[in-house]
Amino acid sequence: MSLALVQFIPDAAGIPFIKGRVAAFILSTVLIIGSIAAYVTQGLNYGIDFTGGISIEIQTDGPSDLALIREIAGELDLGDVQVQNFGAVDEVLIRVQAQEGDGLEAEQAQQAANLRLQEALNEQYPGSIDYRSIEVLGAKVSGELQRAGIIAVAVALFLMLIYIWFRFEWQYSVGAIVALVHDVILTIGMFAVTQLEFNLSTIAAILTIVGYSMNDTVVVYDRIREKIRKFRKMELDDLLNLAINKTLSRTILTSLTTLVALIALYTIGGPALEGFAFAMIWGVVVGTYSSIFVAAPLLMVTNVARESSD
Amino acid sequence: MLYFARWKLLLILGIIVAGLVYSAPNIVPVEARYEMRNGEPTDETRGIWGFLPHDSVKLGLDLRGGSHLVFEVDMDEVRENRVLGLSEEARVALRQEPAIITPRPAIVGDVVIVRVNNPEDLDLAYERLQQISRPIATNALSVQAGTGPRTSEIIRNRDDNTIRIEITQAALDDIRRRTVQQSVEVIRRRIDAGGTTEPTIAPQGDQRVLVQVPGESDPQRIIELVGTTASMSFHMVDPTVQVGADGQARTPPGVVIYPQDNPGEPFIAVQRRALVSGENLTNAVSTTNQSGQPAVSFTFDTTGAQAFGRATQQNVGQRFAIVLDDVVISAPVIRSPILGGSGIIEGNFTFETANDLSILLQAGALPARLTPVEQRTVGPGLGQDSIERGQIAIMVGFAAVIIFMLLAYGMFGVFSNIALLVNVVLILGALTGLGATLTLPGIAGIILTIGMAVDANVLIFERIREESRAGRSPVNAVETGYSKALSAILDANITTFIAAAVLYMLGAGPVRGFAVTLAIGIITSVFTAFVLSRLLVAIWIKGTKPKTLPI
Repeated sequence: MSLALVQFIPDAAGIPFIKGRVAAFILSTVLIIGSIAAYVTQGLNYGIDFTGGISIEIQTDGPSDLALIREIAGELDLGDVQVQNFGAVDEVLIRVQAQEGDGLEAEQAQQAANLRLQEALNEQYPGSIDYRSIEVLGAKVSGELQRAGIIAVAVALFLMLIYIWFRFEWQYSVGAIVALVHDVILTIGMFAVTQLEFNLSTIAAILTIVGYSMNDTVVVYDRIREKIRKFRKMELDDLLNLAINKTLSRTILTSLTTLVALIALYTIGGPALEGFAFAMIWGVVVGTYSSIFVAAPLLMVTNVARESSD
Repeated sequence: MLYFARWKLLLILGIIVAGLVYSAPNIVPVEARYEMRNGEPTDETRGIWGFLPHDSVKLGLDLRGGSHLVFEVDMDEVRENRVLGLSEEARVALRQEPAIITPRPAIVGDVVIVRVNNPEDLDLAYERLQQISRPIATNALSVQAGTGPRTSEIIRNRDDNTIRIEITQAALDDIRRRTVQQSVEVIRRRIDAGGTTEPTIAPQGDQRVLVQVPGESDPQRIIELVGTTASMSFHMVDPTVQVGADGQARTPPGVVIYPQDNPGEPFIAVQRRALVSGENLTNAVSTTNQSGQPAVSFTFDTTGAQAFGRATQQNVGQRFAIVLDDVVISAPVIRSPILGGSGIIEGNFTFETANDLSILLQAGALPARLTPVEQRTVGPGLGQDSIERGQIAIMVGFAAVIIFMLLAYGMFGVFSNIALLVNVVLILGALTGLGATLTLPGIAGIILTIGMAVDANVLIFERIREESRAGRSPVNAVETGYSKALSAILDANITTFIAAAVLYMLGAGPVRGFAVTLAIGIITSVFTAFVLSRLLVAIWIKGTKPKTLPI
């Protein structure tokens, strides 16, 4: 008696993943070039965390009049102002660019701009406006956060490299890192194409994607290493293919449960978590793809050692 | 793999019970745990909760609402003041008997330059100035040995008879450290006096102060409370100087012009030298004057009372100015000597501003100006919305994963689902027990963990399935499945843990909360997936002795 109603992947699936490696490499190259091109031409829509500035979320009585709010904010001469609905028709997100100035003067200008904006809003909507959140960040802090974000991603990649090097051989390490860099570039590219806000939680998403993709890659590599010891005479491409197929149902199942949870987060979690959830969903798909089609076939390129005693 | 020693069983059970006990307060309503008074929980616990952990998980400001502010000490100002102080100390040192004749020490950038008129005096002046370079008390040993860093470096130049006095980097670091520490103290006194609950005030980095006030949705109040230096002093007014309407006037040496908080007399000329400074205040409370106007009454310490008494005695009929942060609050006429060491400040006050001023004076002056560089405020409505959305998302995600695992693995799916449920309990228990702060990204971390936590079980079950198909007996297949999957599970989770640790060190507020839940989730999911589910499978196999595995 088996309660297992669904068997996702047939047991002896012999999908020739490795044969498709040339196509996959071409696809990945195209996507990477596309991502870089999008990044260069469109740039990222950096959030206040990285640009500094003011971000105010308000709730009005009834549907908000975006044009009016835009006009009020525009009259204050605060530079670039964006006004958009956020989550609901009566909720508005107002973003104001960072104010100019030298050192701490810029920070004071920032505070002053924030006060003037709120004053103007209160005048228009006396007593009927609910400030749901207010964020004011100066150039100093945002610059530091930007640096910290870049450092964090670099440090994470480096530590992964070291860890894999210890646990496997260098060929695996190179393959894994190329796959991770691939994932990071494609994720940034996705943010450049969609112009979704790129902020601190995006960095959190990228780091988690790095962890997740590494997780996937390690499982495949672990199996490859096992098969390498077991079948010393088998051709490397057959061997890689066997390992990928053996772990395939696990790869797909885990990706699916993670995606299911993330979709719940994306649809229910509210506007503040939308960007994060979207990045993660993309990252899980890309990370799964890269473990199978980038990390594993790369072992053919780096020519993984067959006679290792490790 | 399928045999569990008794102590291991007890340990597993103990961990689960601890998880339940610590996470329970999050489910039990607050009225059941605490005695209530006027609809608010008091500090007294009810019944059995006195013996159990009774606090629910700490919510971050983004969930409970509140203000998060980071202030930066204006180090340029601190340095300028220090250089000014050095030049003054140098002047005093050179005036000691026998006086060495020099022009007023010049300040060039961060350096004080003393030009000695008489070349023979250069060495004497150099010796004399050594006294203004003091050792910095980094540790007692180096101070005793005289080898530690000193506050300033003194260099003589025989070519042009000058002595350069420079502040050392060690001194600046020391000043910065002390400035931040003092600022934290002063801010704490000010905010505590304001009557807010559970504020967090802590140094951040080497020149910033973090202020978090839960429930405060008006950050402007805090900015005003913190952003005021509140350096108060009493000065004599110089009646001979005629100040123009634009605040311009020819001032004799030692006289400065300050704006006044009074439209009838917008500027006022006062002696730069203070009669008494705010440091000599011991007490300040808001009160009313004889005509019922809001005012602030103050008391001096002994030194302050003597100085103030002497000054008012000598200057009856003259005016003196009460100056707060370079603005004159009021400039009353001295009608009679004030000898008791206490007085009253009248000014253009409302009851609220009088109260705020008394708080500021009572708490003391900030050692330097503080500028807000980061401000994040979440209103109570948004926080509550986020909690509700997060709860629903967790439940939906959890339900979806559970159904998924049941469909994929049947009986074994039940084991992994029990493990997953315990996992969520353990995460919540660990967050609560460790006193970690749950933030909105933290909720995202929990949902993500729910999705990823089953990975270890999937790895194991797939292995078992594989081994079972290869013809192994159920017990054997389960044994092999667990042992062979272990290395992949550990590797995979350690790499994710590395990512979480890096994210934690990046360390910006709410995102840190994500890193914490992710890291805790990784540890608990390895425990529940590898240890707990194995125990469940072992019990099941022992109980049913299956011929084939339903997997």
